Amino acid sequence: MLQLKKLTKNYKTGDQALKSIDLEVPKGQVLALIGPSGAGKSTLIRCVNRLVEPTSGEAMLDDVDLAKLGSGALRKARREMGMIFQEYALVERLTVMENVLSGRLGYVGFWRSFLRRYPQSDVDEAFRLLDRVGLLHMADKRADELSGGQRQRVGICRALIQNPKLLLVDEPTASLDPKTSRQIMRLITELCRERGLAAIINIHDVALAQMFVPRVVGLRFGEIVFDGPPDGLTPEKLTEIYGEEDWEATIEKIEDDDADIEAAE
Amino acid sequence: MSDIRLDDKLGTAWRKPHFVKNPTLRWTLIAGFVAYMIAAFMTIEVDWGRVYEGLDRGWAFVLAFTSPDFTSRASDIWEGLLESIVMTVAASVVGILISIPIGLGAARNIAPLPVYVLCRGIVAISRALQEIIVAILLVAIFGFGPLAGFLTLSFATIGFLSKLLAEDIEAMDRVQAEAIKASGARWTQWINYGVQPQVMPRLVGLSMYRIDINFRESAILGLVGAGGIGATLNTAFDRYEYDTAAAILILIIGIVMALEYLSGIIRAKVQ
Repeated sequence: MLQLKKLTKNYKTGDQALKSIDLEVPKGQVLALIGPSGAGKSTLIRCVNRLVEPTSGEAMLDDVDLAKLGSGALRKARREMGMIFQEYALVERLTVMENVLSGRLGYVGFWRSFLRRYPQSDVDEAFRLLDRVGLLHMADKRADELSGGQRQRVGICRALIQNPKLLLVDEPTASLDPKTSRQIMRLITELCRERGLAAIINIHDVALAQMFVPRVVGLRFGEIVFDGPPDGLTPEKLTEIYGEEDWEATIEKIEDDDADIEAAE
Repeated sequence: MSDIRLDDKLGTAWRKPHFVKNPTLRWTLIAGFVAYMIAAFMTIEVDWGRVYEGLDRGWAFVLAFTSPDFTSRASDIWEGLLESIVMTVAASVVGILISIPIGLGAARNIAPLPVYVLCRGIVAISRALQEIIVAILLVAIFGFGPLAGFLTLSFATIGFLSKLLAEDIEAMDRVQAEAIKASGARWTQWINYGVQPQVMPRLVGLSMYRIDINFRESAILGLVGAGGIGATLNTAFDRYEYDTAAAILILIIGIVMALEYLSGIIRAKVQ
């Protein structure tokens, strides 16, 4: 359903964040994207919904090349992709309900959204989602009154109310405690299963990723160095993705990575 | 690995590194600043004989505050005050309404470069021209009266509010706005949901502050013929009616304090 072809991103500073990424995500598949900080995980998912402009390559969502869309068509395409953020990214001075309904902005006109007069079906869906994540009683609270875990649940509702085909999830648990992290990961994977959603989940916590997803992709220096089931992540593989502390060994490992990519292709 | 050894460091004093590292440069800067201050104060000429004469007049002015005269020019004062308030409210509303789009345009993180340059240009012009100068020009065009004052204050409000609004927008949390953009919102919706909630408290606070400033300015603008309570004040001074002038100043102080108190309440509410 989502197919990245030779997707490349060079930042103006000269950093090559993504080096010709090829990746296919079938419908309904949840995959975890792991790798050290600066490996390009965030850049990769932001290139898909064009919060970051890719330098070259294609990002096909079904039959549409997201990388080539004009602003109007991009807006329409973004409706199909829900995004969940690391620091929740709720608009703090808006209520929980306004935050959830903001996921419908791509579908309603300006005046409706300005006057907060959403169609009843949207309002009902917002209530249903809030109930599903156990926050129905918080609907009229301001977002900054919520705890971290609650905020992330609202973030999930905001992404889901878009009725997307694909979820782009950027470090959903990085600001949460271990227990809440598991609950959030469980919630995301459950909801994806219920709705047949595909998802790319960027995540630091390898153990957490192994616990919840059927497919793991390892990214390092903007290249895919691992793609397989979670139990394929042997200590050796992890060393490949994250590198050893000894610099000499890390340099040698880069050559190994190249071999790996060829093998993967 | 590193040249710094713990044994060499132990027992040595530690001080915060100086902002200007080179000691020669640092002391030159300090000495230069002190020398400049001394030289600057020496250029101020004080005619102590004139100051002695003036003390009497100053004292008469201060004494007038003990017996402010609200009554003998009551209708003039009332008329001037009303004119000032009308001028302040009208200029603030118009100024704030015009400031918002210009403020959006003057924020580099949401406006394209040409719009940014244009809006920053408008802000710069408005801020460069002091109120009094604008008022003199507008009085020359529109004649004496509150219309010139109203236009002056509107113009000044634009420079003040647009600049500070734009700076607040530039300092907003980018990720919150990004999340709204990612949902497929159009530009107007993005501003309404992603940007406006973040800058609203400051916009309200600044608007209240500007109303306060506009009222005080309206008392000054009368001096150059732009209407308002300032005209009444000017007349009182010209006639050496210090008791009436004192009454006017007390009213201005009272209103400014009331506005200050009100803006405190409003700002606390919108936080």
